[in-house]
Amino acid sequence: MTSIVKSTRRAYRAPAPLGGRGPLRDHKGSAAIALAFLLPALIILTLFVAWPMVSALRLSFTNSSGFGLEQWVGFGNYVQIFTDPRILGTLGTTALYAVLFTPTALIGSLALALLLNNPRLAGRGFFRTALFVPFIVSLAVAAFAWSYLLDPQVGLLNYWLRALGIQLGNVLQDPTLAMPTVVLVAVWKSFGFYMVIFIAGLQEIPISLYEAARIDGAGAWKRFLHVTLPQLNNTLAFVVIFALIAALQAFDQIYVMTGGGPYRSTQTVVMEIYQEGFKKLDLGLASALSYVLLLATLILSLIQFRFFGRREKDAN
Amino acid sequence: MTRIIAPTPPVRARSPLGRTPSQSGRGPFALSRRAQRWALFVVVLVLTLIVLLPVIVIALTAFKPAAEINAYPPTLVPGVWTLDNFIAIFKDLPFARLFLNSFVFAGGVTLFALVFDSLAAYALARLDFRGSRVLLIAIVASLMIPFQATLIPIYQLVGDLGWVNTFAGLIIPRAADAFGIFFLRQFFLSLPRDLDNAARIDGASELRVFRSVVLPNAVPALLTLGIFTFVNNWNDLLWPLVFTTSPDMGTITSGLTLLTGPSGIIPYGTMMAGSLVAVLPLAILFLIVQRRFIESVATTGLK
Repeated sequence: MTSIVKSTRRAYRAPAPLGGRGPLRDHKGSAAIALAFLLPALIILTLFVAWPMVSALRLSFTNSSGFGLEQWVGFGNYVQIFTDPRILGTLGTTALYAVLFTPTALIGSLALALLLNNPRLAGRGFFRTALFVPFIVSLAVAAFAWSYLLDPQVGLLNYWLRALGIQLGNVLQDPTLAMPTVVLVAVWKSFGFYMVIFIAGLQEIPISLYEAARIDGAGAWKRFLHVTLPQLNNTLAFVVIFALIAALQAFDQIYVMTGGGPYRSTQTVVMEIYQEGFKKLDLGLASALSYVLLLATLILSLIQFRFFGRREKDAN
Repeated sequence: MTRIIAPTPPVRARSPLGRTPSQSGRGPFALSRRAQRWALFVVVLVLTLIVLLPVIVIALTAFKPAAEINAYPPTLVPGVWTLDNFIAIFKDLPFARLFLNSFVFAGGVTLFALVFDSLAAYALARLDFRGSRVLLIAIVASLMIPFQATLIPIYQLVGDLGWVNTFAGLIIPRAADAFGIFFLRQFFLSLPRDLDNAARIDGASELRVFRSVVLPNAVPALLTLGIFTFVNNWNDLLWPLVFTTSPDMGTITSGLTLLTGPSGIIPYGTMMAGSLVAVLPLAILFLIVQRRFIESVATTGLK
């Protein structure tokens, strides 16, 4: 049954992502028509994506403050990023955020997906919808709600945890706990998204594989390790890339909850870009930092694609 | 469209972690199947309630009087229900204006992006022209550029155009986007080509094929992309924070952050009331289209 479903789905999905012999060959002189179709989008993407890329690169080699006065400073801004402990610290903070966020979001969403994919669970559709609700709440609003829940005086969660003997104190003023707290808010907001992707991935795994594993005497844990995980490879790759990129861009809830504090313990790269670029008007430094963010995003994506691409080949 | 969550056939091995009936009844923790089902249900229910706690707290606190919010010990459900917080947000913020701004901004971006993205996607999926492959690769590559990284030059450009604190400044830079073009192109490729070829043989122009053949068949994809774009922009904080400086031009998401202000007493009552109103349009939209929305998320991971 699964194989039929798969094959029809494949036929339906049609050409491969990037290849795909597309257009009709007998279409001569359609270049002008194609251009007309593409023009509005191309203008927007050129002006607001491509040109800013070039412009940011140029700015990153200057000390521009946005008022026309600027000097070429070579790699000065980049040197500062990697030598000034204040700025270097934001790279570390972002890395820490990513290290906390990605596995937490991944494991949490996968665990819930496994629970929700169990056919013996009643009301699966309802739970799927309910658990997806945080995804439509903005990070800013999520930050408000969590700030209130964790308020040291009037916060419900703080009060309940105290009843259980856990003293959290003022987490947003605590240099060690502030970071896990802002990460928690992001995990809360986004796990539903990853969970839904995992559920879809789980549904694609042929049942026959589990039956074969069972006949071979594999227990639940072994089946998870040797059937579920390898079969989820693509989905895992997608989620990891997505989560890492999201982590590199952390801003909203930090802006609302801590403003980067206490003692810059939650000052991420995008927080720093915002403050250097739009508050202190050090456009050169902010642009250089933007490029570091850009390169980090690109490198991560490429590493992940390669890593999972190779594993996929090995599996075949 | 393909249903992602297919109705489960009566196969016991469907669940990766589930135990077969033959296994239950063994081992020290053996439970009857009925008990297992109940245990699973209760575990998931409790987890769901924990997850929804912040949303529940927003909805309940919005109706609490200030005295109750600041009382100790804190309570979940209001003892007295009041609308004071909702009245207060209209006094503390240009709230109606912010709400309208959010609609114009998120709605405007969505409309523009749907039109421009689908036009470009059609050219990439159906028209033969030199450089189409290079262009497609460039568009896919630009997916990896986070907007935060190019925000400063975009801001300068918007400033040079005199668009700071205008809807044009908020909307036009996002009037087309690489993800939307790629997403729609993939969908257009999945549509059978015979339909549009038949129209072409009948002498229809490309614009007509696009409008009368391809677009009507792409409604699910357009709806999905539209919802995503609307929700993302409605919820975005950094973008309106950068492109609007006057409180009257902010969106509801950026406007609410003004409530936190300088440290002191945090006005939780108005914050929660404002949050509730900010979430409400999306919640209604979500309730109407939740199935399609969730399933389209599911498909994005399966490419």
